[in-house]
Amino acid sequence: MPLLDRTGSAEDRWTRSEGAAIGNIPAALVPWEVLVEALDAQEAEQVIGVILPNSVPFLALAPFLPRLALVAITFPAYADGRGFSLARQIRRAGFAGEIRASGPLIADQFAYALSCGFDTIELPEANAARQPVPQWLHARDSFSATYQRGYGETDRNILDQRRAARTARPLAAE
Amino acid sequence: MYRYDEFDERFVRERVAQFTDQVARRLDGSLTEDEFKPLRLKNGVYLQLHAYMLRIAVPYGTLNSRQLRQLALIGERYDRGYGHFTTRQNLQFNWPKLRDVPEILGLLADVEMHCIQTSGNCIRNVTADHFAGVAQDEIEDPRPTAELIRQWSSAHPEFGYLPRKFKIAVTGAEADRAVIKAHDIGLRLRRHPDTHETCYEISVGGGLGRTPMIGKVVRDYLPKKDLLAYLEAIMRVYNLEGRRDNKYKARVKILVHEIGAEEFTRRVEAEFAQLDGPSINADPEEVARIAAYFAPPAYETLPAVSNTLEAAKAANPAFARWVEVNTVPHKAPGYTALTISLKPQGQAPGDATSEQMRRVADLAERYSFDELRVTHAQNLVLPHVRQRDLFAIWQQLGEAGLATANVGLVTDIIACPGLDYCALATARSIPVAQAIQSRFADEARQREIGPLGIKISGCINACGHHHVGHIGILGLEKRGIESYQITLGGDATENAAIGEILGPGLAAEEVPDAIERIVGVYLAARAEGESFIDTIRRIGLAPFKAAFQETARAAA
Amino acid sequence: MAAQAKRVPLPAILLANDLLDGDVVFAFADGAGPLAWTRDPALALVATDDAAADRLEAFAAAELRGNRVVDAYLVDVAIESGSPVPRHFRERFKTLGPSNRPDLGKQAGDGIASAPKG
Repeated sequence: MPLLDRTGSAEDRWTRSEGAAIGNIPAALVPWEVLVEALDAQEAEQVIGVILPNSVPFLALAPFLPRLALVAITFPAYADGRGFSLARQIRRAGFAGEIRASGPLIADQFAYALSCGFDTIELPEANAARQPVPQWLHARDSFSATYQRGYGETDRNILDQRRAARTARPLAAE
Repeated sequence: MYRYDEFDERFVRERVAQFTDQVARRLDGSLTEDEFKPLRLKNGVYLQLHAYMLRIAVPYGTLNSRQLRQLALIGERYDRGYGHFTTRQNLQFNWPKLRDVPEILGLLADVEMHCIQTSGNCIRNVTADHFAGVAQDEIEDPRPTAELIRQWSSAHPEFGYLPRKFKIAVTGAEADRAVIKAHDIGLRLRRHPDTHETCYEISVGGGLGRTPMIGKVVRDYLPKKDLLAYLEAIMRVYNLEGRRDNKYKARVKILVHEIGAEEFTRRVEAEFAQLDGPSINADPEEVARIAAYFAPPAYETLPAVSNTLEAAKAANPAFARWVEVNTVPHKAPGYTALTISLKPQGQAPGDATSEQMRRVADLAERYSFDELRVTHAQNLVLPHVRQRDLFAIWQQLGEAGLATANVGLVTDIIACPGLDYCALATARSIPVAQAIQSRFADEARQREIGPLGIKISGCINACGHHHVGHIGILGLEKRGIESYQITLGGDATENAAIGEILGPGLAAEEVPDAIERIVGVYLAARAEGESFIDTIRRIGLAPFKAAFQETARAAA
Repeated sequence: MAAQAKRVPLPAILLANDLLDGDVVFAFADGAGPLAWTRDPALALVATDDAAADRLEAFAAAELRGNRVVDAYLVDVAIESGSPVPRHFRERFKTLGPSNRPDLGKQAGDGIASAPKG
């Protein structure tokens, strides 16, 4: 399936396993249900990622995070926004691997997904065909700055920019 | 009132460009209708029965004259010369063309307005007490809080695809004029008994619609500085755990109900404990920056009572009655807050023509420090009027058909657009409101009856707040005709209550009789000076039910 | 795919909203020509048998795909004075306009072929 990262089309180095059978797949993406089994079979040179249904509570995933290189959160529908909160919780726990949104997202969600901690978007073919990459890159930059602190870079946060302006001009007139 | 800085300005302009691009991608097929619909809703564009509808945000109901004039212009240039003020303090146009919406958004941005999140499964336009900054019972002005939340909730990256819509209301007064207990989150500014600091009391899980619920308090005293982090915790719990299997069970009220307020509170507090407040909350300087915009205007020093006003009242009984009914006391001596009724006989409740908007804008500019409010009861307010100017204002309002003296009375009816416009409606609302208004047209009789709130919704979604009307009317379809269910005893104030159904549904033409009988029971039973809702509380519903049954029988 | 909804009783007309304008439009046929949209409910093509209703539904699907209309569906009608009138009050309002504003909408001549201009 087509894959996007922050800069555009990306190559997918991950291979979906058949159930828990990861064999000698170098980067194996396994279903959540068989994660324990797959980790048991993991070889030293192998990396493992998990396909995570968005209904799984973060606390159930947390113990596995140190052994995962990828968490692919499923979006059953683009309007099901649970994945945004899950990604936030995973990043807050210090996870430094890749977080992927997998499902029929739309270009208008790209910036949100990146702000919440996603690195990549994996789209069904038909959706990617309707919404070519330039649309995603355009939508990514819809807002040059936003209001919520703690999401994404501080130089694109309005409250942080106001604070910086206040520091630069401490005695601004009323 | 708040004014945009360079960041707000750029944000709104970028939102216009974004929506323009979304429309273009819909037209070229990049976006399907299923994909586009939530995007257009998040920008206030609905498809109604006869046309599109555009809902414009009036954040916490505050407007200036320039903004209202721009709305008048848009109404004339792109619509049919009128607009409809809503129970969320917003303004709706009923006939815009999708192709014109980007241009309309540009005109709104010119006057620091937008349509951001006036619909869709996201945090909606924040509402507040329409007498904010004015009311004598106010502890602290709720508008700085509402503005902070407006900014924080705009294009929130995490909370843009919630299970369902999410409504927040703020009050800073003892009397609740913002219906906070019927909101997903209701905030009330109050003083901590020990520290005397102002804090927030936070209620969650109120809401009307199919399953009406009164909000539960989850925090008695939240320090003001922690607001955004606490809201983030509530929203995250809801976003992750709110039901997505059934849209009628997807509001946060159902989650709170199903797991219990205590468990919900525990989960919110656990999430809140994980958050790093200082990296999320607005710093005190930012809060102060916003609050500074809401400093009181430069009131003149005036005597508490205006002799000019008293003389005019004595000379003109109709004027005196209007003052009596439509004004409330003001913090500043010699001033008053004036409600302009948008409920004259024969009009759709909440509708105003472009001409009327211009007239009100002129009056606000000249007499009310250029400030206006929209109330959730679908009226307008001039919040800071010198008592001695009331007579001149009354005369000018009269010329525009805006001097109806019925605020809070039986003809000051809240009504959603209903099936005359709305694609979701199951029955009409406006003609029912008009029939009741015409039955109770006699102004002396209205005053004799006293405060009585009738609220009408044309479907179970309850935009007309019928559940919290003293008398609520819900329009449904029964066997191919419009049928109206009457509820009694609802209350939208700090004593929030959900009304109870009186009996079987009625045909539209039977509704005024039923209201008449209910009012008759009240008039016969009331104690000296006792209001309609207080009488219901004292004597219970039984006598009203009995009278209602007679109407239903007479009709059968 | 959603299961096919049960078809309304015949006779029926096809209505929709124009994607760009939002106006209520009705499928009609100019003589033997292809189907097109009109804003005048009196001109709507009335399907009295399944073959005609199938044709309307096929037209609706194509027009939705072509991004020309939204919310297209069949509405059952009675024939009154030679014109189709929806049986349900909701759809009747769609052919007329807001009942509290007889000066607005199709009842005031908006998009009506025989209505005087201006």
